[in-house]
Parts: sequence; C-alpha cells; structure tokens
Amino acid sequence: MFKLELRPAPSKVLSLASPLIALLITVLVGIGLFVALGKDPLAGLQMFLVEPLKSPYALSELSIKAVPLILIALGLAVCFKANIWNIGAEGQFILGAVFAGGVAMRATPETGSWIVVAVLLAGVLGGMVWAGIVALLRDRFNASEILVSLMLVYVAEMVLSYLVYGPWKDPAGYNFPQTITFLDVTRLPKLIQGLRLNVGVFVALAAVVAFTVFLYRTFTGFQLQVGGLAPMAARYAGFSSRKALWTGLLLSGGMAGLAGALDVAGPQGQLTPYVPMGYGFAAIIVAFVGRLNPVGIVFSAVLMSMFYIGGELAQSRLGLPKALTGVFQGLLLFALLACDTFIHQRLRWVSSNTTKPGLSGAKP
Amino acid sequence: MIHRLELQHITKQYPAVRANDNVSLTVKPGEIHAVLGENGAGKSTLMKIIFGAVKPDAGQILFNGQPVAVKSPQEARALGISMVFQHFSLFDTLTAAENVWLGLDKSLSLSEVTARIIEVSEAYGLEVDPARPVHSLSVGERQRVEIVRALLTKPQLLILDEPTSVLTPQAVEKLFVTLRQLADQGCSILYISHKLDEIRALCHRCTVLRGGKVTGEVDPRQESNASLSRLMIGAEPPELHRQAPTLGEVALQVRSLDLPRTDPFGVSLQGVSLSLRAGEVLGIAGVSGNGQGALMAALSGEDPRAKPGSIALFGHDISRSGPAKRRKLGLNSVPEERLGRGAVPTMSLAQNTLLTRDNAIGPGGWLRVHGIKAMAQELIERYKVKAGGPQALAKSLSGGNLQKFIMGREIDARPKVLIVSQPTWGVDVGAAAQIRGELLKLRDAGCAVLVVSEELDELFEVSDRLMVMAQGRLSPSIDAKDATIEQIGAWMSGLWQADASGKTKEAAHVQA
Repeated sequence: MFKLELRPAPSKVLSLASPLIALLITVLVGIGLFVALGKDPLAGLQMFLVEPLKSPYALSELSIKAVPLILIALGLAVCFKANIWNIGAEGQFILGAVFAGGVAMRATPETGSWIVVAVLLAGVLGGMVWAGIVALLRDRFNASEILVSLMLVYVAEMVLSYLVYGPWKDPAGYNFPQTITFLDVTRLPKLIQGLRLNVGVFVALAAVVAFTVFLYRTFTGFQLQVGGLAPMAARYAGFSSRKALWTGLLLSGGMAGLAGALDVAGPQGQLTPYVPMGYGFAAIIVAFVGRLNPVGIVFSAVLMSMFYIGGELAQSRLGLPKALTGVFQGLLLFALLACDTFIHQRLRWVSSNTTKPGLSGAKP
Repeated sequence: MIHRLELQHITKQYPAVRANDNVSLTVKPGEIHAVLGENGAGKSTLMKIIFGAVKPDAGQILFNGQPVAVKSPQEARALGISMVFQHFSLFDTLTAAENVWLGLDKSLSLSEVTARIIEVSEAYGLEVDPARPVHSLSVGERQRVEIVRALLTKPQLLILDEPTSVLTPQAVEKLFVTLRQLADQGCSILYISHKLDEIRALCHRCTVLRGGKVTGEVDPRQESNASLSRLMIGAEPPELHRQAPTLGEVALQVRSLDLPRTDPFGVSLQGVSLSLRAGEVLGIAGVSGNGQGALMAALSGEDPRAKPGSIALFGHDISRSGPAKRRKLGLNSVPEERLGRGAVPTMSLAQNTLLTRDNAIGPGGWLRVHGIKAMAQELIERYKVKAGGPQALAKSLSGGNLQKFIMGREIDARPKVLIVSQPTWGVDVGAAAQIRGELLKLRDAGCAVLVVSEELDELFEVSDRLMVMAQGRLSPSIDAKDATIEQIGAWMSGLWQADASGKTKEAAHVQA
C-alpha cells in the first residue's frame, strides 16, 4: 500500500510547480468533462484558456474581473496569514458598493471630479464597517469570525435589496429594483475609448506594491504573520492578538469595500440586486492559489477571471451551463490543495509483507 | 542461558539521520538494564523498535531466544513487552481505572479491572486509587497509574523511558524499590535515562549510546560519573567556575501574588513572594506542573493579570505591563518551549530576532533587512550556534543550537533581569555547559537571573539561592550551599510549612 510520509525538507521544486500541476489537473478533468457533455474538448478549452486573452476587448473584460479579485484577495491574504478567517468578503464588497452608491447618488451635474475619490473612500469605509462588526463580536464575545463574517454576507444582501426595492429605487425606472444610473462625473475614468478598461487597474497594481511592502518590510506586517504562524510566540513577544484581529479584518474589509466601490463606479454604474457576483468568495480561492503572496495573487486572479469569462463564453457559444465556471474554480483549488500536500510529504510504497530479505539474514 | 531480549545489529536510517547504527544488546531475565545516552543518541528509536512502533532497516530481535518481528505495540504486549512512556497517555476526565481499562483488551469488565488494579498496586507498593479522576492526580500518581497499567499485562520485559524526570527525589526512591522487587521476580527492565547517579544506583548493566552507536557496555556499579560521562559524550562535562556573588539592589520584587488558573486543569498561584537582587542567580525547583508555567507567564508579562502592586521591577509596578514594556524596562525572558514560543518554527533566525529585539526596526515600523541579518549572524557567531546562516529556519536547528540562539538573543539585549525556564531541557551536555556558563557570566556582570528548572543538579550548579514551587505556592528561600537534595526533595512535595510555620509563629510573637 502507499504511505504518505514526511519529507526531510520541503521540496523547493514542488512548491513552485504545484500551482502549474494543479492547473494541468484542472485542464485534464475539464477535457473529461467536455467529452462527457458531448462537446469538442478543444473548443471547450479554447473558451476558457484562449478566448479571454485573444483581443484588446477580451483583455479589457479580463481586467474588469481581475481587479476586484486582486484587491479582495490581497486583503484576505493578510487575514489568512494572521490566522483570521474572514470568509465574508462578499458581504464587505456589497457594503462597499452600497456606501459608494450612496455617495455617487448625491452627485449633481455641478459636482467636481473629486467625487470619484469620495465614492471610493466611502466604499472602503463601508467594507470596514461590515468587517468591523466581525472584529467587534470576535474581540468582545469571542464569536467565531468564520460564522459571523459568512452570515453577514446574507445580511448585506438583504440591506442591498431593501435599498434598491425601497428608498433608493429609481422613480423613473419602471418599478425595476435599481437605483438611478450614476452621473458620469462619479464614474471611473476609462483608459481607452470604447473599452471598459478603467483606472481600477492602476489602483490594483498600486495595492499589490503596497501589500508587498506591508507584509515583508514593516513590523506590523511581521507581527500579524507571527500571530498566525505561532500564537504562543506572538504572546511571548508581546504582539497584541487584538491589534492583529482588528488590523486584519479592517484591512481586508476595506479592500473588499474598495473593490465594491470600483465595481459600482466602473462597469455597473448603478446599484441593482445583482451587484454581488461572487467575487468575495472567488477571492478566497485566488488568495490560496496565489500562495497568499501579492504577486502570486495577480497571476491567480487573472486565471480565475479567465474561468469567469470562459464560463460565459461556453454558455453563449457552446450552449454549456455557466456553472462550469464554479466547477473549474473549485477544481483548481482542490487540485492545488492536493498538490501542496506533496511539498512537505511524499508517497512511498510500503509492502504489506513485513519480513524484508535483509532482516533475517543478518546473523553475525 | 536464554536471554530475555537480544538485539542483533539493529540499524535504522531516517531521511536525515542514522538513528541506530549496528546496535546490539542483551538483557537477561531479572536484569535491570540501563540504556544511557544524550538526547538524540538513538535511545527512543531503539525502544520504539523493540515495542513495534518503528520498523528497523536491518538487524534482528530475539525474545526469549526466538526471533520475532514485532509489528505493533499490540503484538509487543502479547509477547510480554510493556512500556511506560515519558509523556503520559491518560485521559484527564476519566478515572484511573477507566484509563487502565481502555488500554486492555475488552474481555474484562471495569469492576474486574478495578480489582486487578488494587491487587497489583498492593503487591508492588504502588498506591493508586482506581476511582479518582486522572486530573486530580499528581504527576507521580499518574506515573503509578501508567506503571500499574503496564504491569496488569504481566510483562516479562518492562521498558521505562526517562521515568524520573517528573518525580521528586523521594518518589524516585520509592520507584526504585518497586523496580527492584519486579526484577527479583524475574521481570527484565530496560531503563532509559541520561541521569548517571540513578543508573549507578539502580541498574545491573548499562549500554551507552552515542550518535546511534554503542560506545560501551559496562557494569554501572563499577563506574564513576566521569567514566560514564566519557562514554556518553566522549568527554567529561566542563567544570563551571563560579565566584561569590556581588549583590546589588533589589531588581525584581514579587509580593503575595495570587493568580487564578486559566484552564480547569491548570494551577493557581497563591501568595507567591520573592525578591531577586542584581548579581545573583535564584533557582526555582519543583516538579513540573506545580505552577512554574503560571509564575513564568506572570513575570514575563505573557499573563498580565496580576493585581497591581504585586510585581515590581526596580520599583516600577509592572504587574499589568505586557512583555514589550517589561523588555524596555530591562526584563527579558526565555520560555520553556523553544519551537513555537521562543521562536517561530517556519521563520528564519533573522526574522526570529524581531520577536524580542527592536534594534533593526526603523521609524514607522520599517524593517532594516540588512540590520536584521547582521544581528542574527552576530548571534550565530558569538554563541557558537550551528546553523546554516541567518536565513536558516528556526525548525532546522537542533534543540541545543536553537536554545543557544534564543539565549544569545536575550543575553545580547543586555537585560537587567533575565528569567529562564528549563534552560538546558533536551540540550546536549556540551551546549548545556555553555548555556550555564553564560548564565553565570551574566550574573557576574550584575544581572539578576531567575532560573526555573526541574533538574536539581542544574539548579545546585548555577544558583546562589533556591526556592521550591509546589501546588502553586513558593517555599522560603535557602542558600544553595546550605541546602541538601533531601531537603529540597521534601519541599518539592510542599512540606516546607513544617519548618516555616515555626518561623512565622516566632515572627508573630515579635510583632505582638
């Protein structure tokens, strides 16, 4: 039988190759899936791996998906490194969108372009408030942040629904559940005429740099990681676990809120019940596939966005269900977790026959 | 004559180290056979091989003359081999009898097991109350439960792994009486230890291991500590040079510190008072689990719940300050657990300096990477740490080398008060001597040093004064040169009140 045993030292090759192997496994299973669905596997793979990168338009659409994933995953990476399990980024994203939308709706044709900054800051604040509730309940009552943050996602959805079905409903919107379309002055500046690509890309890249510096060059970032890796060592050193809790949750909440604001002030342009797109949950996968490393997160966010777009393309062009997106994203995470097992461990064949030839013939 | 146990050329290779290299030993019926060696010499691996928990790569085991391949501890027990592990495997919430019952095959009922326990414990003078829940038992009592459990299977070979590390000297004597009685009845005993005196007092034969190889098989009764030590480490342990202490002002003052326990099986501190002066080493003895951990946490600041006014550092009240504040005031500490507490296992040595040292942290919390590396490199060189450099992960170091690094990190901070728990636990003899030497150097430089240890030899070696902790209380202090092992041993059971109550009565008289 096979036995899993610890390697003397973690494999360096595998720790780099594991995400690639995981991608390969995902592709192979995908081929099997396409065949089972009676579709041409090559055409299917093309939808997921080639089409999303094929044209400037495709790349622009890719950025629309990747930017929120990067932003949310950066915040989550800090949380997860500190052993704080915020899985409610989706709710913090929604609250960010709501706060940002609330500010954007107040704009008048005379408002200056500074309003964009206010919209984004409002989004950050919204996400922080939502994550702050989690931190407060954890800090004050030791409530599990996993459950609280997850449950608050559903509360956030209700808040959004209440607003767009109620007080914020566009009076001229034929009773559709949506707010007014925000004025152009509140919208993110686009980079290229005719494409949806906007300045959010620069925000995301700046955030990647900022988080790299924060994690690897600042004492606060170091303290957070010690708290996650060895809580006893953090206590011995005198690093406050409360500070880590609040920092981690407020940071990740703020980033998710920022992503929500960018979405509302960018491609969406209004609040509808369809603001939540699952970015907050997908970003958990992005963070882990990217090894909780800011640069790794960029790559994994691009990959996950390709799955999003591929799923949509597979639906419209091949008539496959859109749920394939989720299947692929989940597969990737599973494959990665499985591959990661072999960084620290290896498989060895152990014969069930215990008497080895060398064991009995060793008389003096 | 048929040997009870014969090991022939046992070899076990682990990925990084050859734990046993061509090891042979024989144990006669009724013999108490010591296996002596430092930590990491391969004793535990050898015992696990005999007990069926680890499979050897080569070699043969004969039990009562028959070749056997022990595949599991169950098979070992069926053959008549029992083992008492260093770390007890008892469930706190179950009674002693239930714990024993769990380990046996299911043919007996609980009441039958209880009857057997009483029978065995009476036969061997092992007092055990089968009905008491394990969490209410002292460490010595727990060990007796483990031994009774081992004896219920009527073993022909009993393996004991470092059985005395948790016992008072008096309890050790009691254990030896039991073991001699067992041996007289024909049971063979494999006694694993690194304590030379005990082996010389108890054992008939002694096999010495060093680096996985047998370096000698001797009659310990004919040997001296020095000759055994030469076999064990290849040299005699270096002597410590100590001068009379030059006492300074009172550095650390603890006044009737009460601290309720945080977990149900912990120990509360009750009325703990001590005063530590600059330039002296105060040793705190005691059987582990008597509140030493709680005292350390209260002094280092990891547990800042002490009542205001109960802990003072050079006159500053630090009862409620955290570890960082206390370090600023000159109090550093070295915890008992090195990996996971004194150091983050998966971080580099360079990063681990940041736990307690802020020399390389710039304004705004900016980390100066080169400064951090240089500091780690300097510690590695100055304290002779064997490591792959500042980028080596803490977990890649041996226990002794990591301890040297952590001690160096704290000593290098030039503390005015240093609190150390188990400074040489699991550390090889050479490194232990170096660490004790550093402690004395620090004291001679005018630092106040507090050492908490379970090893009495070590405490007598480094301390100027001794105190004993038992059941969350602290004994009066006694000069190390006036103290005897017997007296400290009695105090370890909490029996200082007899001497002390006389004094307090006198004091009361004087006050009245």
